[in-house]
Amino acid sequence: MFMAMFVTIRTVITMMDDFIIRALMAGMGVALAAAPLGAFVVWRRMAYFGGAISHTALLGVALGFLLGINPIIGVGLVSVVAALMLLGYRGRYLGNDTLLGIIAHGSLALGLIVASAVEGVRVDLMAFLFGDILSVSAADVYFIWGGCALVIGVLGFLYKPLLAVTVHSELAAVEGVNVRLVETAFVLLLAVVVALSIKVVGVLLIASMLIIPAASARSFSSTPERMIVLAAVMGVISVGIGMGASLEFDWPAGPAIVVGATALYIISSFKKTA
Amino acid sequence: MNNPNPDKNLLASAENVGVSISGNQILLDVSLSVSEGEVVTIVGPNGAGKTTLVRAVLGLVRPSEGKLYRRPGLSIGYMPQKLHIDPTMPMTVNRFLALGVPAKLAGQGHRKNALDEVGVGHISNSQMHNISGGEVQRVMLARALLRDPDFLVLDEPVQGVDITGQADLYRLIRNIRKSRGVGVLMVSHDLHVVMAETDRVICLNRHVCCEGHPETVSKHPEFVQMFGEQVASSIALYPHHHDHHHNVHGDVCNDTHGDNHDG
Repeated sequence: MFMAMFVTIRTVITMMDDFIIRALMAGMGVALAAAPLGAFVVWRRMAYFGGAISHTALLGVALGFLLGINPIIGVGLVSVVAALMLLGYRGRYLGNDTLLGIIAHGSLALGLIVASAVEGVRVDLMAFLFGDILSVSAADVYFIWGGCALVIGVLGFLYKPLLAVTVHSELAAVEGVNVRLVETAFVLLLAVVVALSIKVVGVLLIASMLIIPAASARSFSSTPERMIVLAAVMGVISVGIGMGASLEFDWPAGPAIVVGATALYIISSFKKTA
Repeated sequence: MNNPNPDKNLLASAENVGVSISGNQILLDVSLSVSEGEVVTIVGPNGAGKTTLVRAVLGLVRPSEGKLYRRPGLSIGYMPQKLHIDPTMPMTVNRFLALGVPAKLAGQGHRKNALDEVGVGHISNSQMHNISGGEVQRVMLARALLRDPDFLVLDEPVQGVDITGQADLYRLIRNIRKSRGVGVLMVSHDLHVVMAETDRVICLNRHVCCEGHPETVSKHPEFVQMFGEQVASSIALYPHHHDHHHNVHGDVCNDTHGDNHDG
């Protein structure tokens, strides 16, 4: 029994030596965490919210280098602050889309400036914009899986009230849900997933990992739960397709994953809605 | 929220409540109360603040003046004016029912019973997007009933339902009141039908213009002015339907500050 466990663990560790396995593991971790959040993003019409948060990530990376902390932590901090700001400003004079545009582009520009000011470090922009999944370390994989497990766990607690708020927030409020708390927690989770995903699919592509698999799952789903499970399946398949294409045709891996997800969406769009 | 001497049967009340939203006074000095087994209907023109009043009673908007009371531990079944489920979200009727209900009340059997009670037991597996407006209203009512409420709050419950369906829905609400003994607070435009199914009418136009038994209200000068002679007199015929011979006419309608009602 112990022997078997030992062998299994050793096999996993040896497997982790292979950069392709590491890349697959990291991509699938992101796909699994992005599935339930992405479904809510689609239902709540927050696609650009995810996009805006991910645009702030470059600023986080640059600040991470500037302050000498792990870039993922820097991204996490900045995206959490951006998410809270977006939440707080909602419903003032400007439309949400305008506000999202301001935050997205303003912080992207600021990020580029800060990055250029960091001495001695050449930030690999392409890697952070489009991800560098083939370079993830074993530690990154554990980090991503740990973070994703945490996100999924918290979302499990949040699931029922969040679904009720998404369907009708006032009805949920009368039924005893603390709407503000639930919405804030959701947005924070979104920020955490963005931070975790940066290394894998990059700033510009994380938003698509949230939305596209969920969109593909829609027409096959009759309940919200089914849509989430199918989105996870679609996401994992997209990672597989993307990695395969990357190896076979020497495509950049991050964009290949997104192209894979998009191809699945196009195929799924021929199916009539369940 | 504290009422020093609440009547035991009192479910919820508002006392001299005023609400302003970003500087606009929506409600001024409004009082109302709903007790067990009582149906109270708020009528009034568009923009009169009917929905705002309901939202204040539910605790969704904070009044700027006045006091609100809800009986401690009150279980509220709320049916909002409109339900818009985003088309991107798949949702069966059955799944929808369980959304806002504690797990012990949301069992399959409970859900089936609630749907049967409102007369739509056959659609439990349909998508919410594919059922008719009247069915949506009934499903929302079923969800409210699943919570085993003491107090039903219905904001324009027959909106988007055809005329026959409207009468059916009001009959259903009346039957629920009878069988469950719940108090009902309802907002409505549909004066004709509502008047017959209501114990007390509150005619609202930012303030309470008049209130009381439907027959009384329908003869009140402010009500007549607001809804027009013809509507008012056609409503006045209704109570005869169920043999009422009320002669108490002076007990309500205390207001008249001489406001005009073109708001």
